[in-house]
Amino acid sequence: MAYKIVKSQCTVCGACEFECPSAAISIKGDVYVINPDKCTECEGSFDTPQCATVCPVPDTCIPA
Amino acid sequence: MHTVSPGQAKPMVQLEDLMQSVAEHKGCGTTGGSGKASCGSSAGEGDMPPEIWEKVKNHPCYSEEAHHHYARMHVAVAPACNIQCNYCNRKYDCANESRPGVVSEKLTPEQAAKKVLAVASTIPQMTVLGIAGPGDPLANPEKTFKTFELISKTAPDIKLCLSTNGLTLPDHVDTIHKFNVDHVTITINMVDPEIGAQIYPWVFFNHKRYTGIEGAKILTERQLQGLEMLTERGILCKVNSVMIPGVNDKHLVEVNKAVKSRGAFLHNIMPLISAPEHGTVFGLNGQRGPSAQELKALQDSCEGEMNMMRHCRQCRADAVGLLGEDRSAEFTTDKIMAMDVNYDLSSRQAYQAKVEVERQSKVAAKEAELETLAGETSDIKILVAVATKGQGLINEHFGHAKEFQVYELSAQGSKFVGHRRVDLYCQGGYGEEESLDEVIRAINDCHAVFVAKIGGCPKDDLKKAGIDPVDQFAFEFIEQSAIAYFKAYLDKVKSGEIEHVSRGDASIRQGAFIAAE
Repeated sequence: MAYKIVKSQCTVCGACEFECPSAAISIKGDVYVINPDKCTECEGSFDTPQCATVCPVPDTCIPA
Repeated sequence: MHTVSPGQAKPMVQLEDLMQSVAEHKGCGTTGGSGKASCGSSAGEGDMPPEIWEKVKNHPCYSEEAHHHYARMHVAVAPACNIQCNYCNRKYDCANESRPGVVSEKLTPEQAAKKVLAVASTIPQMTVLGIAGPGDPLANPEKTFKTFELISKTAPDIKLCLSTNGLTLPDHVDTIHKFNVDHVTITINMVDPEIGAQIYPWVFFNHKRYTGIEGAKILTERQLQGLEMLTERGILCKVNSVMIPGVNDKHLVEVNKAVKSRGAFLHNIMPLISAPEHGTVFGLNGQRGPSAQELKALQDSCEGEMNMMRHCRQCRADAVGLLGEDRSAEFTTDKIMAMDVNYDLSSRQAYQAKVEVERQSKVAAKEAELETLAGETSDIKILVAVATKGQGLINEHFGHAKEFQVYELSAQGSKFVGHRRVDLYCQGGYGEEESLDEVIRAINDCHAVFVAKIGGCPKDDLKKAGIDPVDQFAFEFIEQSAIAYFKAYLDKVKSGEIEHVSRGDASIRQGAFIAAE
């Protein structure tokens, strides 16, 4: 139960990093990655996964 | 005013409506002190209270006059955004493309602070540091304010400025005030959520994505609230609006009233950029931008209400230099980190004092020339295009010009009304003939083009197109020369030597080639 970032789509804007309530998103080299051990899909925090909700590019933050 | 000549441009449906609402022009003062109404961003000292003049006199975006002399820079520390706009595609980046939201490298606040010092040392007339993205500065508040903090410590003479979509603005007004950010630009494209729904697919607010009218309603409420909060604190506000024909063009008159009544200082109505290759919603669905005449008519119709900015170059989020130029390629992160930066406040001030002297002599020359028009009652108005590298001088060769500045001449004098980009497309590849055709299309609404120098062939082609190539004022002041030309033009019309005919419309170029090397 985690989300992942589609590297080829990501613009590296970092909006998801700000919004993640679990501090699961960080920059590794020149891309953002989601740590599946920390990701909760925002369950218990918000109605929708925040990374996918704020991401400017469709289908970029998706269920892993 | 102008009528569209057959064969020169497509007739424009909305132009007539716009023209009906054109407010009576109240006259402009570049030096002021003459009791004239403040008019446009070309307003000068004496047209406004001294404390406001202090804030705008060397800000190239807030003062048309200053933009000939002073430079600005943007640092791209704010990549994240919290709304989606149909004219923006965040996946697209081209180093050779100049338009808002485009950037080649993102910087950390520390890199940005170093870059500001490097540029300030190299370009002493760089007076303004703006954060304009490439996303929304206030969707990246830590990075934005950290950058301001670092710069206000190391380069306290530099004015701080930011540009936002306004969604989170009310939350940050106190911090903006605390960091002495004196100038804030809000992009406001509508005050009616039904129109907003056609421009903004969604906004991200309070951890939720709001779409359509619901999203646009939140956005407009937050924008107007933020604007009121800023003006209450004496922070100068500029409102940017993107003119999208058929979507918000007529509505922008309402936007103008709404922002004026909330204390906005300046309104900048910009043409939509919507080339299909940018991959934006508007680019892909064929939404066109306005023609030069449509844009000017809308700007004119709002001018009776408040100051209009017409010299915006819709620059990148990492632009460096005078508004008409982009020197960002000289200041890449690699180059900055290798630079030996020597930030010397006193030499910057000495240089700027020299710029002020130049500027005063330019204004004095214009004022003197303006007297020759005293008593002139003709209602003829013409536009002229000018090839310039800056300093308010006619100092560029026709063939080297990357843009032309456009001045309107009338019995009231000269007024800057816009500019036309004519450099090569990013997608590249025009022969000499084709590029000349491009130039003619871009300045087709002008009666004359003022240049420092021009070759024989383009001269003949311009004449054939009905545009007078003028090189007699080479290296002289733009406005002084333009008034002298206009006076002679009126005399020739009066004597019957020439007949005054209206020009056609001109096209506004989409993205431009701005690579430095």
